[in-house]
Amino acid sequence: MINIFEVNETNDMIEKENLDVRTITLGISLLDCCSEDVDKTCDKIYEKITHKAEKLVSVGEDISHEFGIPIVNKRISVTPVSLIGASSCRSTDDFVKIAKTLDRAASTVGINFLGGYSALVSKGMTSADEMLIRSIPEALSTTNLVCSSVNLGSTKTGINMDAVRLMGEIIKETAEKTRDNDSIGCAKLVVFCNAPDDNPFMAGAFHGVTEADSIINVGVSGPGVVKYALEKVRGESFEVLCETIKKTAFKVTRVGQLVAREASNMLGVPFGIVDLSLAPTPAIGDSVADILCEIGLEHAGAPGTTAALALLNDQVKKGGVMASSYVGGLSGAFIPVSEDQGMIDAVNAGALTLEKLEAMTCVCSVGLDMIAIPGDTKATTISGIIADEMAIGMVNQKTTAVRLIPVIGKGVGEKAEFGGLLGYAPIMPVNGFSCDAFVNRTGRIPAPIHSFKN
Amino acid sequence: MKKTIITVVGKDTVGIIAKTCTYLADNNINILDISQTIVSDYFNMMMIVDMNKATKKFGVVADELEELGKSIGVIIKCQQEDIFNSMHRI
Repeated sequence: MINIFEVNETNDMIEKENLDVRTITLGISLLDCCSEDVDKTCDKIYEKITHKAEKLVSVGEDISHEFGIPIVNKRISVTPVSLIGASSCRSTDDFVKIAKTLDRAASTVGINFLGGYSALVSKGMTSADEMLIRSIPEALSTTNLVCSSVNLGSTKTGINMDAVRLMGEIIKETAEKTRDNDSIGCAKLVVFCNAPDDNPFMAGAFHGVTEADSIINVGVSGPGVVKYALEKVRGESFEVLCETIKKTAFKVTRVGQLVAREASNMLGVPFGIVDLSLAPTPAIGDSVADILCEIGLEHAGAPGTTAALALLNDQVKKGGVMASSYVGGLSGAFIPVSEDQGMIDAVNAGALTLEKLEAMTCVCSVGLDMIAIPGDTKATTISGIIADEMAIGMVNQKTTAVRLIPVIGKGVGEKAEFGGLLGYAPIMPVNGFSCDAFVNRTGRIPAPIHSFKN
Repeated sequence: MKKTIITVVGKDTVGIIAKTCTYLADNNINILDISQTIVSDYFNMMMIVDMNKATKKFGVVADELEELGKSIGVIIKCQQEDIFNSMHRI
């Protein structure tokens, strides 16, 4: 039988260490909403989402009440819209119409983000893909809850450099269109290499075409819990350090698994995966950077950071994998700058640079995330940064992503305020040397060889 | 049988157990086990209860217990046992 110490440990994690379920994401396939007329498509989309997700928010709240654990976000991911709109959209305006429908459906069901305004163009773009991409700035500046993602490359196909070049321009344009709010549109736009089909986290969530009609994916979190556990083993060996992270990750993930199962039962929707991620928030004590400091670094970004992060990421996976029957999504430590107070402090202290962040993304999930850069950064430079990050994902057979925010009208030393879960970010300097001639080449980078690993 | 865990944490005072147990009895909730400690002057109690024959719904009981806690000056939480089992048992 459960004893009082175990009960207290769990409740301390929830009350003092910020343990929460970060998101319950309901994946909904919109493939059956395709039609030849965009208005008809929009009607079908609205109907399907509001029907399928009718109870999502209330079920989330019921589960939260029953177990006494906060469930921070309830979200929806849908089939990449470039596929859904391909047969009916004749212009970028038609795609924006779908974005507005998604936004309306999302606010009707009461969720806080909807992902899937996406295109998968890792090898080539159809005309619908390109149209959707070109509609992103307008779509993100005229909606509130819609998130967009574009998959630009994969280990199997290489990197679509035409799309990389285009995305540099699109990111700049999105920033311009939302310049009054510190270019917040870019916080809802992410580009990927090897994008997973079942990621529950925003902005990159979409419902892959290999998925069932609807599915429940859950993202857990708990950087604070790991940090507090590590405080108790200061100065101990790597063995003790790793065991502690593993055990903590196990406990955190079990909660995610429980919530996912319960949500799946209550909604009558199959359970997909638990995403084992350490996702920070701007709240004090909910920081991945603080874990790195607890492992022994003065600041995130100090020499040793990449090794410490590699260790952390691996132990979280090792502990989490056994705790859940199905693991998927991004599963690893997130290192967004603006959403993590420890990261912000490291940038302000001069310990953390864009280049070091890039190195860190080689060993943890996701990539250059929520990084504010000067508003006058050239589109080609942004494309160059994206290409670098895509190359890391492609060669290392992992998911990498880029979510950069060129804050129009601001420069290094100033800060961008996004508010809420998105936090604020100091604007980081970007290497100013040109990569124009590289980015302006057309075509794609071929897939890498899968032998002779060095 | 689904069990529920009720925890009571707060500054020690007269009648915490009495008031909580009276509420449970009034609502036909059966107490299966009680354990209690004092951690640095703080009263800390855990009850394992059976709510299957309770006269009110889980959500209502949880809310009313929370209110009761406020009136005594302690924090009362009511949670399904599953969250603890999944975290601490393989």
